[in-house]
Amino acid sequence: MSPLKRIAYFFGLPVLLIILWWALSFGSTNFFVPKPVELAQTLWTTWIGDRFFDDVLPSLGRLAVGLFFAIALGIVLGLLIGSTRWLRNLLEPLLEFFRAIPPPVLVPLLMLLIGVNDSMKIAVIISGAIWPVLLNTVEGVRAVDAVLSDSCRSYGIRGFARIRYFVLPAVTPQIMAGVRQSLSIGLILMVISEMFASSSGLGFTIVQFQRNFAIPEMWSGIVVLGLIGLGLALIFQFVERRVLHWYHGLKEITHDS
Amino acid sequence: MTVSETTMNQPVTTVPMLSVRGLQKIYKVPGGDVEAVRDLTFDLAEGELVCLVGPSGSGKTTLLKCISGLMEQTSGTVELAGSKVTGPPKSMAVVFQEYGRSLFPWMTVRANVELPLKNQKVPKAERTALVDAALTAVGLSHVPKSYPWQLSGGMQQRVAIARAVAYRPQVLLMDEPFAAVDAQTRADLEDLIRTIWKDLGITILFVTHDIDESVYLGERVIVLSSSPTVVQEDLKIDLPAERDQLNTRALPRFMELRSHVYAEIQRAKLGPVTEQITAQRTAGRA
Repeated sequence: MSPLKRIAYFFGLPVLLIILWWALSFGSTNFFVPKPVELAQTLWTTWIGDRFFDDVLPSLGRLAVGLFFAIALGIVLGLLIGSTRWLRNLLEPLLEFFRAIPPPVLVPLLMLLIGVNDSMKIAVIISGAIWPVLLNTVEGVRAVDAVLSDSCRSYGIRGFARIRYFVLPAVTPQIMAGVRQSLSIGLILMVISEMFASSSGLGFTIVQFQRNFAIPEMWSGIVVLGLIGLGLALIFQFVERRVLHWYHGLKEITHDS
Repeated sequence: MTVSETTMNQPVTTVPMLSVRGLQKIYKVPGGDVEAVRDLTFDLAEGELVCLVGPSGSGKTTLLKCISGLMEQTSGTVELAGSKVTGPPKSMAVVFQEYGRSLFPWMTVRANVELPLKNQKVPKAERTALVDAALTAVGLSHVPKSYPWQLSGGMQQRVAIARAVAYRPQVLLMDEPFAAVDAQTRADLEDLIRTIWKDLGITILFVTHDIDESVYLGERVIVLSSSPTVVQEDLKIDLPAERDQLNTRALPRFMELRSHVYAEIQRAKLGPVTEQITAQRTAGRA
Protein backbone atom coordinates (compact mmCIF):
# COMPACT_ATOMS: atom_id res chain seq x y z
CA MET A 1 0.00 0.00 0.00
CA SER A 2 1.31 3.45 -0.83
CA PRO A 3 1.95 5.80 2.11
CA LEU A 4 -0.78 8.17 0.90
CA LYS A 5 -3.32 5.38 0.82
CA ARG A 6 -2.24 4.20 4.27
CA ILE A 7 -2.74 7.66 5.70
CA ALA A 8 -6.15 7.84 4.04
CA TYR A 9 -7.13 4.53 5.63
CA PHE A 10 -5.79 5.59 9.01
CA PHE A 11 -7.62 8.92 9.18
CA GLY A 12 -10.59 8.19 6.91
CA LEU A 13 -13.12 6.82 9.36
CA PRO A 14 -12.16 9.05 12.32
CA VAL A 15 -12.53 12.18 10.16
CA LEU A 16 -15.88 10.95 8.83
CA LEU A 17 -17.16 10.24 12.35
CA ILE A 18 -16.06 13.64 13.63
CA ILE A 19 -17.91 15.34 10.76
CA LEU A 20 -21.01 13.27 11.53
CA TRP A 21 -20.69 14.09 15.22
CA TRP A 22 -20.29 17.78 14.43
CA ALA A 23 -23.40 17.76 12.21
CA LEU A 24 -25.55 15.87 14.72
CA SER A 25 -24.52 17.99 17.72
CA PHE A 26 -24.67 21.27 15.78
CA GLY A 27 -27.83 22.74 17.25
CA SER A 28 -27.74 20.84 20.52
CA THR A 29 -28.04 22.78 23.75
CA ASN A 30 -27.73 19.76 26.02
CA PHE A 31 -24.92 20.41 28.49
CA PHE A 32 -23.96 16.70 28.60
CA VAL A 33 -23.46 16.37 24.84
CA PRO A 34 -19.96 17.33 23.82
CA LYS A 35 -19.29 19.23 20.58
CA PRO A 36 -16.16 18.62 18.53
CA VAL A 37 -14.87 22.18 18.33
CA GLU A 38 -15.51 22.95 22.00
CA LEU A 39 -14.06 19.60 23.01
CA ALA A 40 -10.87 20.27 21.06
CA GLN A 41 -10.56 23.64 22.78
CA THR A 42 -11.20 22.10 26.21
CA LEU A 43 -8.70 19.36 25.43
CA TRP A 44 -6.07 21.96 24.74
CA THR A 45 -6.77 24.24 27.71
CA THR A 46 -7.30 21.40 30.21
CA TRP A 47 -4.40 19.13 29.42
CA ILE A 48 -1.68 21.22 27.86
CA GLY A 49 0.13 22.98 30.66
CA ASP A 50 0.57 22.10 34.34
CA ARG A 51 -1.86 19.21 34.20
CA PHE A 52 0.27 17.49 31.60
CA PHE A 53 3.22 17.40 33.98
CA ASP A 54 1.22 16.91 37.21
CA ASP A 55 -1.24 14.29 36.06
CA VAL A 56 -0.61 12.87 32.60
CA LEU A 57 3.13 12.26 32.82
CA PRO A 58 3.06 10.59 36.27
CA SER A 59 0.22 8.35 35.08
CA LEU A 60 2.14 7.43 31.94
CA GLY A 61 5.25 6.81 34.02
CA ARG A 62 3.44 4.40 36.31
CA LEU A 63 1.85 2.70 33.32
CA ALA A 64 5.24 2.30 31.63
CA VAL A 65 6.93 0.91 34.76
CA GLY A 66 3.98 -1.38 35.50
CA LEU A 67 3.83 -2.72 31.96
CA PHE A 68 7.58 -3.18 31.82
CA PHE A 69 7.60 -5.32 34.96
CA ALA A 70 4.43 -7.18 33.97
CA ILE A 71 5.92 -8.11 30.59
CA ALA A 72 9.42 -8.89 31.86
CA LEU A 73 8.19 -10.94 34.82
CA GLY A 74 5.60 -12.65 32.65
CA ILE A 75 8.23 -13.72 30.11
CA VAL A 76 10.83 -14.84 32.67
CA LEU A 77 8.35 -16.75 34.84
CA GLY A 78 6.61 -18.12 31.76
CA LEU A 79 9.87 -19.50 30.35
CA LEU A 80 10.72 -21.02 33.71
CA ILE A 81 7.31 -22.58 34.33
CA GLY A 82 6.85 -23.65 30.73
CA SER A 83 10.14 -25.51 30.52
CA THR A 84 9.88 -27.30 33.88
CA ARG A 85 7.20 -29.95 33.77
CA TRP A 86 6.78 -30.44 37.53
CA LEU A 87 6.63 -26.71 38.15
CA ARG A 88 3.98 -26.35 35.48
CA ASN A 89 1.84 -29.15 36.93
CA LEU A 90 2.28 -27.70 40.40
CA LEU A 91 1.43 -24.11 39.51
CA GLU A 92 -1.24 -24.41 36.85
CA PRO A 93 -4.32 -24.58 39.14
CA LEU A 94 -2.92 -21.76 41.27
CA LEU A 95 -2.25 -19.54 38.26
CA GLU A 96 -5.78 -20.03 36.98
CA PHE A 97 -7.07 -19.05 40.42
CA PHE A 98 -5.07 -15.83 40.63
CA ARG A 99 -5.82 -14.93 37.05
CA ALA A 100 -9.55 -15.16 37.76
CA ILE A 101 -9.36 -12.50 40.49
CA PRO A 102 -10.27 -9.10 39.06
CA PRO A 103 -7.35 -6.81 39.95
CA PRO A 104 -9.55 -3.85 41.05
CA VAL A 105 -10.63 -5.82 44.12
CA LEU A 106 -6.97 -6.00 45.09
CA VAL A 107 -6.65 -2.22 45.30
CA PRO A 108 -7.81 -1.85 48.96
CA LEU A 109 -5.68 -4.82 49.94
CA LEU A 110 -2.59 -3.48 48.21
CA MET A 111 -3.23 -0.08 49.80
CA LEU A 112 -3.01 -1.74 53.20
CA LEU A 113 0.02 -3.80 52.32
CA ILE A 114 2.05 -1.32 50.32
CA GLY A 115 0.51 2.00 51.31
CA VAL A 116 -1.00 4.77 49.23
CA ASN A 117 1.82 5.52 46.83
CA ASP A 118 3.19 4.91 43.35
CA SER A 119 4.34 1.40 44.23
CA MET A 120 0.78 0.40 45.05
CA LYS A 121 -0.50 1.73 41.72
CA ILE A 122 2.28 -0.03 39.84
CA ALA A 123 1.53 -3.25 41.75
CA VAL A 124 -2.12 -3.02 40.66
CA ILE A 125 -1.05 -2.67 37.02
CA ILE A 126 1.36 -5.60 37.28
CA SER A 127 -1.19 -7.80 39.07
CA GLY A 128 -3.54 -7.56 36.11
CA ALA A 129 -1.26 -7.10 33.12
CA ILE A 130 1.08 -10.00 33.88
CA TRP A 131 -1.41 -12.80 33.18
CA PRO A 132 -1.80 -12.72 29.40
CA VAL A 133 1.99 -12.61 28.95
CA LEU A 134 2.69 -15.24 31.59
CA LEU A 135 0.07 -17.75 30.48
CA ASN A 136 0.79 -17.26 26.77
CA THR A 137 4.50 -17.78 27.37
CA VAL A 138 3.86 -20.99 29.33
CA GLU A 139 1.60 -22.24 26.55
CA GLY A 140 4.12 -21.25 23.88
CA VAL A 141 7.06 -22.97 25.57
CA ARG A 142 5.02 -26.13 25.89
CA ALA A 143 4.28 -26.09 22.17
CA VAL A 144 7.79 -25.51 20.76
CA ASP A 145 8.52 -27.61 17.70
CA ALA A 146 9.84 -31.10 18.47
CA VAL A 147 12.08 -31.28 15.39
CA LEU A 148 13.69 -27.90 16.16
CA SER A 149 14.13 -29.06 19.73
CA ASP A 150 15.88 -32.22 18.49
CA SER A 151 18.06 -30.11 16.19
CA CYS A 152 19.17 -28.07 19.20
CA ARG A 153 19.93 -31.17 21.23
CA SER A 154 21.89 -32.85 18.48
CA TYR A 155 24.06 -29.75 18.09
CA GLY A 156 24.58 -29.51 21.83
CA ILE A 157 22.64 -26.26 22.19
CA ARG A 158 21.58 -26.37 25.82
CA GLY A 159 20.78 -24.22 28.81
CA PHE A 160 20.95 -20.48 28.31
CA ALA A 161 21.91 -20.74 24.62
CA ARG A 162 18.83 -22.89 24.01
CA ILE A 163 16.60 -20.26 25.64
CA ARG A 164 18.26 -17.40 23.80
CA TYR A 165 18.49 -18.83 20.30
CA PHE A 166 15.58 -21.25 20.29
CA VAL A 167 12.88 -21.02 22.97
CA LEU A 168 12.57 -17.26 23.32
CA PRO A 169 12.34 -16.50 19.57
CA ALA A 170 10.01 -19.47 19.06
CA VAL A 171 7.64 -18.19 21.75
CA THR A 172 7.75 -14.54 20.65
CA PRO A 173 4.53 -14.76 18.58
CA GLN A 174 2.62 -15.94 21.66
CA ILE A 175 4.39 -13.41 23.88
CA MET A 176 3.39 -10.58 21.55
CA ALA A 177 -0.22 -11.76 21.50
CA GLY A 178 -0.11 -11.64 25.31
CA VAL A 179 1.51 -8.20 25.34
CA ARG A 180 -1.24 -6.83 23.12
CA GLN A 181 -3.83 -7.82 25.74
CA SER A 182 -1.64 -6.63 28.60
CA LEU A 183 -1.43 -3.12 27.16
CA SER A 184 -5.17 -2.53 27.33
CA ILE A 185 -5.47 -4.19 30.74
CA GLY A 186 -2.62 -1.97 31.95
CA LEU A 187 -4.35 1.18 30.74
CA ILE A 188 -7.61 0.22 32.47
CA LEU A 189 -5.80 -0.54 35.72
CA MET A 190 -3.81 2.68 35.53
CA VAL A 191 -7.10 4.59 35.65
CA ILE A 192 -8.65 2.37 38.33
CA SER A 193 -5.59 2.52 40.58
CA GLU A 194 -5.89 6.32 40.56
CA MET A 195 -9.56 6.37 41.42
CA PHE A 196 -9.02 5.30 45.02
CA ALA A 197 -7.22 7.41 47.61
CA SER A 198 -5.29 9.40 45.06
CA SER A 199 -4.61 13.07 44.59
CA SER A 200 -3.18 13.14 41.11
CA GLY A 201 -3.16 11.23 37.84
CA LEU A 202 -5.47 10.90 34.89
CA GLY A 203 -7.94 8.60 36.62
CA PHE A 204 -8.16 10.87 39.63
CA THR A 205 -8.64 13.99 37.51
CA ILE A 206 -11.37 12.47 35.35
CA VAL A 207 -13.33 11.32 38.42
CA GLN A 208 -12.81 14.76 39.91
CA PHE A 209 -14.28 16.42 36.81
CA GLN A 210 -17.21 14.02 36.92
CA ARG A 211 -17.99 14.84 40.52
CA ASN A 212 -17.80 18.58 39.87
CA PHE A 213 -20.00 18.38 36.78
CA ALA A 214 -17.12 19.66 34.64
CA ILE A 215 -18.59 17.66 31.77
CA PRO A 216 -16.53 19.05 28.82
CA GLU A 217 -13.33 18.54 30.84
CA MET A 218 -14.43 15.01 31.72
CA TRP A 219 -15.00 14.24 28.04
CA SER A 220 -11.61 15.66 27.17
CA GLY A 221 -10.02 13.34 29.76
CA ILE A 222 -11.69 10.38 28.14
CA VAL A 223 -10.30 11.50 24.79
CA VAL A 224 -6.82 11.69 26.34
CA LEU A 225 -7.20 8.08 27.51
CA GLY A 226 -8.25 7.07 24.02
CA LEU A 227 -5.24 8.82 22.54
CA ILE A 228 -2.92 7.05 24.98
CA GLY A 229 -4.46 3.74 23.96
CA LEU A 230 -3.93 4.62 20.32
CA GLY A 231 -0.32 5.57 21.03
CA LEU A 232 0.29 2.26 22.78
CA ALA A 233 -1.21 0.37 19.86
CA LEU A 234 1.03 2.21 17.40
CA ILE A 235 4.15 1.54 19.46
CA PHE A 236 3.11 -2.09 19.74
CA GLN A 237 2.61 -2.39 15.99
CA PHE A 238 5.99 -0.81 15.33
CA VAL A 239 7.79 -3.16 17.71
CA GLU A 240 5.84 -6.22 16.63
CA ARG A 241 6.66 -5.67 12.97
CA ARG A 242 10.35 -5.57 13.76
CA VAL A 243 10.43 -8.46 16.22
CA LEU A 244 8.13 -10.75 14.27
CA HIS A 245 8.97 -9.87 10.66
CA TRP A 246 10.08 -13.51 10.17
CA TYR A 247 6.80 -14.78 11.53
CA HIS A 248 4.67 -12.67 9.21
CA GLY A 249 6.88 -13.59 6.25
CA LEU A 250 6.62 -17.27 7.08
CA LYS A 251 2.84 -17.06 7.48
CA GLU A 252 2.42 -15.26 4.18
CA ILE A 253 4.42 -17.91 2.35
CA THR A 254 2.64 -20.89 3.91
CA HIS A 255 -0.68 -19.29 2.99
CA ASP A 256 0.39 -18.80 -0.60
CA SER A 257 1.40 -22.38 -1.23
CA MET B 1 29.81 -59.00 8.65
CA THR B 2 33.17 -57.67 9.74
CA VAL B 3 34.67 -54.33 9.00
CA SER B 4 37.43 -55.63 6.76
CA GLU B 5 34.93 -57.14 4.33
CA THR B 6 32.96 -53.95 3.94
CA THR B 7 35.58 -51.25 3.58
CA MET B 8 36.91 -50.62 0.14
CA ASN B 9 39.68 -48.08 -0.12
CA GLN B 10 39.69 -46.83 3.44
CA PRO B 11 42.38 -48.04 5.80
CA VAL B 12 41.13 -50.86 7.97
CA THR B 13 40.65 -49.73 11.54
CA THR B 14 40.21 -52.03 14.46
CA VAL B 15 37.53 -49.89 16.11
CA PRO B 16 34.55 -49.13 13.86
CA MET B 17 33.46 -45.49 13.66
CA LEU B 18 29.92 -46.42 14.55
CA SER B 19 28.95 -49.66 16.17
CA VAL B 20 25.39 -50.73 16.90
CA ARG B 21 25.06 -53.86 19.05
CA GLY B 22 21.81 -55.65 19.82
CA LEU B 23 19.79 -52.45 19.73
CA GLN B 24 16.21 -52.82 20.94
CA LYS B 25 13.55 -50.19 21.46
CA ILE B 26 10.24 -50.85 23.13
CA TYR B 27 7.77 -47.99 23.44
CA LYS B 28 5.74 -48.06 26.62
CA VAL B 29 2.27 -47.03 25.57
CA PRO B 30 -1.07 -47.36 27.32
CA GLY B 31 -2.51 -50.77 26.46
CA GLY B 32 0.76 -52.64 26.10
CA ASP B 33 4.29 -52.28 24.85
CA VAL B 34 5.19 -51.78 21.21
CA GLU B 35 8.47 -53.23 20.05
CA ALA B 36 9.63 -50.90 17.29
CA VAL B 37 13.16 -52.26 16.95
CA ARG B 38 13.93 -55.82 18.03
CA ASP B 39 17.60 -56.58 17.58
CA LEU B 40 19.90 -54.55 15.34
CA THR B 41 23.60 -55.12 14.99
CA PHE B 42 25.83 -53.47 12.40
CA ASP B 43 29.06 -51.48 12.08
CA LEU B 44 30.16 -48.50 10.03
CA ALA B 45 33.86 -48.17 9.34
CA GLU B 46 35.46 -44.74 9.26
CA GLY B 47 34.65 -42.93 6.03
CA GLU B 48 31.90 -45.28 4.91
CA LEU B 49 28.66 -44.18 3.27
CA VAL B 50 25.98 -46.67 4.25
CA CYS B 51 22.29 -46.57 3.37
CA LEU B 52 19.65 -48.03 5.63
CA VAL B 53 16.57 -49.00 3.69
CA GLY B 54 13.41 -50.63 4.95
CA PRO B 55 9.68 -50.71 4.41
CA SER B 56 7.74 -47.78 5.83
CA GLY B 57 7.06 -48.24 9.51
CA SER B 58 10.17 -50.35 9.99
CA GLY B 59 11.45 -48.21 12.83
CA LYS B 60 14.06 -46.36 10.77
CA THR B 61 13.48 -43.06 12.54
CA THR B 62 13.45 -44.77 15.94
CA LEU B 63 16.78 -46.38 15.12
CA LEU B 64 18.30 -43.09 14.02
CA LYS B 65 17.08 -41.34 17.16
CA CYS B 66 18.71 -44.01 19.30
CA ILE B 67 21.98 -43.79 17.37
CA SER B 68 22.03 -40.00 17.60
CA GLY B 69 21.45 -40.11 21.34
CA LEU B 70 18.15 -38.25 21.07
CA MET B 71 16.26 -41.24 22.44
CA GLU B 72 17.24 -43.91 24.90
CA GLN B 73 17.18 -47.49 23.66
CA THR B 74 15.60 -50.24 25.76
CA SER B 75 18.64 -52.47 25.46
CA GLY B 76 21.79 -52.82 23.40
CA THR B 77 24.58 -50.32 22.83
CA VAL B 78 25.64 -47.67 20.34
CA GLU B 79 29.31 -46.77 20.23
CA LEU B 80 30.87 -43.85 18.43
CA ALA B 81 34.61 -44.35 17.82
CA GLY B 82 34.78 -46.73 20.74
CA SER B 83 32.87 -44.67 23.31
CA LYS B 84 29.31 -45.34 24.34
CA VAL B 85 26.61 -42.96 23.16
CA THR B 86 24.43 -41.84 26.07
CA GLY B 87 23.32 -38.43 24.80
CA PRO B 88 23.78 -36.47 21.57
CA PRO B 89 27.54 -36.78 20.90
CA LYS B 90 29.59 -33.74 19.96
CA SER B 91 31.02 -35.28 16.81
CA MET B 92 27.72 -36.26 15.25
CA ALA B 93 25.30 -34.21 13.16
CA VAL B 94 21.78 -35.10 12.12
CA VAL B 95 19.85 -33.94 9.05
CA PHE B 96 16.12 -34.45 9.50
CA GLN B 97 13.46 -35.09 6.91
CA GLU B 98 11.38 -32.09 7.94
CA TYR B 99 13.69 -29.34 6.66
CA GLY B 100 10.98 -26.75 7.30
CA ARG B 101 11.01 -27.61 10.98
CA SER B 102 14.72 -28.12 11.53
CA LEU B 103 15.90 -24.63 10.55
CA PHE B 104 15.27 -21.58 12.73
CA PRO B 105 12.82 -19.38 10.82
CA TRP B 106 13.90 -16.27 12.75
CA MET B 107 17.50 -16.60 11.61
CA THR B 108 19.03 -15.97 8.20
CA VAL B 109 20.56 -18.85 6.28
CA ARG B 110 23.98 -17.76 7.44
CA ALA B 111 22.97 -17.48 11.10
CA ASN B 112 21.41 -20.93 10.95
CA VAL B 113 24.60 -22.49 9.66
CA GLU B 114 26.70 -20.51 12.11
CA LEU B 115 24.73 -21.20 15.29
CA PRO B 116 26.18 -24.60 16.27
CA LEU B 117 29.70 -23.19 15.79
CA LYS B 118 28.88 -20.10 17.80
CA ASN B 119 27.52 -22.34 20.52
CA GLN B 120 30.82 -24.23 20.53
CA LYS B 121 32.71 -20.95 20.93
CA VAL B 122 34.56 -21.34 17.63
CA PRO B 123 36.49 -18.06 17.04
CA LYS B 124 34.79 -15.60 14.71
CA ALA B 125 37.32 -15.73 11.86
CA GLU B 126 37.34 -19.51 11.78
CA ARG B 127 33.56 -19.56 12.02
CA THR B 128 33.19 -17.25 9.05
CA ALA B 129 35.54 -19.38 6.98
CA LEU B 130 33.72 -22.60 7.88
CA VAL B 131 30.28 -21.14 7.13
CA ASP B 132 31.46 -19.72 3.80
CA ALA B 133 33.00 -23.03 2.80
CA ALA B 134 29.89 -25.00 3.80
CA LEU B 135 27.53 -22.65 1.96
CA THR B 136 29.72 -22.82 -1.14
CA ALA B 137 29.87 -26.62 -0.90
CA VAL B 138 26.08 -26.90 -1.04
CA GLY B 139 25.78 -24.22 -3.73
CA LEU B 140 24.14 -21.57 -1.55
CA SER B 141 26.84 -18.92 -1.32
CA HIS B 142 24.48 -16.43 -2.99
CA VAL B 143 21.67 -16.46 -0.39
CA PRO B 144 23.28 -16.06 3.07
CA LYS B 145 21.01 -13.15 4.00
CA SER B 146 17.76 -14.85 3.04
CA TYR B 147 15.54 -16.52 5.55
CA PRO B 148 14.99 -20.28 5.20
CA TRP B 149 11.29 -19.87 4.48
CA GLN B 150 12.10 -17.69 1.49
CA LEU B 151 13.80 -20.66 -0.16
CA SER B 152 12.44 -23.72 -1.91
CA GLY B 153 12.29 -27.06 -0.09
CA GLY B 154 15.40 -28.39 -1.78
CA MET B 155 17.34 -25.26 -0.93
CA GLN B 156 16.20 -25.41 2.67
CA GLN B 157 17.50 -28.95 2.90
CA ARG B 158 20.78 -27.68 1.44
CA VAL B 159 20.96 -25.19 4.30
CA ALA B 160 20.45 -28.02 6.80
CA ILE B 161 23.21 -29.99 5.06
CA ALA B 162 25.49 -26.93 5.11
CA ARG B 163 24.86 -26.56 8.83
CA ALA B 164 25.86 -30.18 9.37
CA VAL B 165 28.94 -29.85 7.15
CA ALA B 166 30.15 -26.64 8.83
CA TYR B 167 29.90 -28.41 12.17
CA ARG B 168 32.61 -30.84 10.97
CA PRO B 169 31.11 -34.02 12.42
CA GLN B 170 32.82 -37.40 12.27
CA VAL B 171 29.49 -39.06 11.60
CA LEU B 172 26.60 -37.57 9.66
CA LEU B 173 23.18 -39.14 10.14
CA MET B 174 20.48 -38.40 7.60
CA ASP B 175 16.87 -39.34 8.24
CA GLU B 176 15.09 -39.60 4.88
CA PRO B 177 16.37 -36.13 4.04
CA PHE B 178 15.02 -36.03 0.50
CA ALA B 179 11.63 -37.66 1.04
CA ALA B 180 9.83 -34.33 0.83
CA VAL B 181 11.55 -32.73 -2.18
CA ASP B 182 10.68 -33.12 -5.86
CA ALA B 183 12.40 -35.73 -8.03
CA GLN B 184 14.78 -33.43 -9.92
CA THR B 185 15.93 -31.62 -6.80
CA ARG B 186 16.34 -34.99 -5.23
CA ALA B 187 18.76 -36.18 -7.89
CA ASP B 188 20.85 -33.02 -7.42
CA LEU B 189 20.90 -33.47 -3.67
CA GLU B 190 21.94 -37.12 -3.99
CA ASP B 191 24.93 -36.09 -6.06
CA LEU B 192 25.67 -33.36 -3.53
CA ILE B 193 25.84 -35.95 -0.75
CA ARG B 194 28.24 -38.12 -2.78
CA THR B 195 30.45 -35.08 -3.46
CA ILE B 196 30.49 -33.96 0.18
CA TRP B 197 31.22 -37.48 1.32
CA LYS B 198 34.17 -37.80 -1.05
CA ASP B 199 35.53 -34.33 -0.27
CA LEU B 200 35.29 -34.50 3.48
CA GLY B 201 35.85 -38.19 4.10
CA ILE B 202 33.19 -38.29 6.82
CA THR B 203 31.14 -41.33 7.78
CA ILE B 204 27.53 -41.09 6.61
CA LEU B 205 24.55 -43.18 7.63
CA PHE B 206 21.73 -42.38 5.22
CA VAL B 207 18.24 -43.63 6.04
CA THR B 208 15.75 -43.86 3.19
CA HIS B 209 12.70 -45.78 2.05
CA ASP B 210 13.68 -45.29 -1.59
CA ILE B 211 15.38 -48.41 -2.98
CA ASP B 212 16.95 -46.71 -6.01
CA GLU B 213 18.30 -43.95 -3.83
CA SER B 214 19.89 -46.40 -1.41
CA VAL B 215 21.66 -48.31 -4.20
CA TYR B 216 22.73 -45.17 -6.04
CA LEU B 217 24.15 -43.48 -2.95
CA GLY B 218 25.55 -46.22 -0.76
CA GLU B 219 28.76 -48.14 -0.67
CA ARG B 220 26.74 -50.57 1.36
CA VAL B 221 23.01 -51.04 1.84
CA ILE B 222 21.54 -52.44 5.05
CA VAL B 223 18.04 -53.78 4.45
CA LEU B 224 15.79 -53.72 7.49
CA SER B 225 12.84 -56.00 8.10
CA SER B 226 9.42 -54.60 8.96
CA SER B 227 8.70 -53.85 12.60
CA PRO B 228 9.86 -55.30 15.03
CA THR B 229 13.01 -54.56 13.12
CA VAL B 230 16.06 -56.72 12.56
CA VAL B 231 18.78 -56.51 9.90
CA GLN B 232 17.47 -58.49 6.96
CA GLU B 233 20.49 -58.13 4.76
CA ASP B 234 23.80 -56.28 4.67
CA LEU B 235 24.65 -55.79 1.01
CA LYS B 236 27.85 -54.41 -0.53
CA ILE B 237 27.24 -52.09 -3.48
CA ASP B 238 30.00 -52.83 -5.98
CA LEU B 239 29.28 -49.94 -8.34
CA PRO B 240 32.04 -47.63 -9.60
CA ALA B 241 32.97 -44.84 -7.16
CA GLU B 242 32.17 -42.14 -9.74
CA ARG B 243 28.39 -42.19 -9.94
CA ASP B 244 26.23 -40.42 -12.41
CA GLN B 245 22.47 -40.08 -12.43
CA LEU B 246 22.18 -41.26 -16.06
CA ASN B 247 24.96 -43.78 -16.58
CA THR B 248 25.12 -45.39 -13.16
CA ARG B 249 21.40 -45.93 -13.08
CA ALA B 250 21.59 -47.54 -16.52
CA LEU B 251 24.27 -50.05 -15.53
CA PRO B 252 23.13 -53.71 -15.56
CA ARG B 253 24.71 -54.12 -12.12
CA PHE B 254 22.64 -51.22 -10.77
CA MET B 255 19.50 -52.95 -12.07
CA GLU B 256 20.54 -56.22 -10.47
CA LEU B 257 21.27 -54.65 -7.10
CA ARG B 258 18.09 -52.62 -7.15
CA SER B 259 15.97 -55.68 -8.03
CA HIS B 260 17.68 -57.61 -5.29
CA VAL B 261 16.97 -54.95 -2.67
CA TYR B 262 13.43 -54.64 -4.00
CA ALA B 263 12.86 -58.35 -3.56
CA GLU B 264 14.29 -58.17 -0.05
CA ILE B 265 11.95 -55.31 0.87
CA GLN B 266 8.98 -57.22 -0.51
CA ARG B 267 10.00 -60.18 1.57
CA ALA B 268 10.39 -57.90 4.59
CA LYS B 269 6.87 -56.59 4.07
CA LEU B 270 5.42 -60.10 4.19
CA GLY B 271 6.17 -60.31 7.85
CA PRO B 272 8.80 -60.09 10.50
CA VAL B 273 11.52 -62.66 10.10
CA THR B 274 13.72 -63.81 12.90
CA GLU B 275 17.40 -63.23 12.64
CA GLN B 276 18.17 -66.93 12.39
CA ILE B 277 16.11 -67.36 9.25
CA THR B 278 17.73 -64.30 7.70
CA ALA B 279 21.14 -65.61 8.56
CA GLN B 280 20.36 -68.99 7.01
CA ARG B 281 19.04 -67.46 3.83
CA THR B 282 21.98 -65.11 3.50
CA ALA B 283 24.34 -67.99 4.07
CA GLY B 284 22.45 -70.11 1.52
CA ARG B 285 22.75 -67.44 -1.13
CA ALA B 286 26.45 -66.95 -0.52
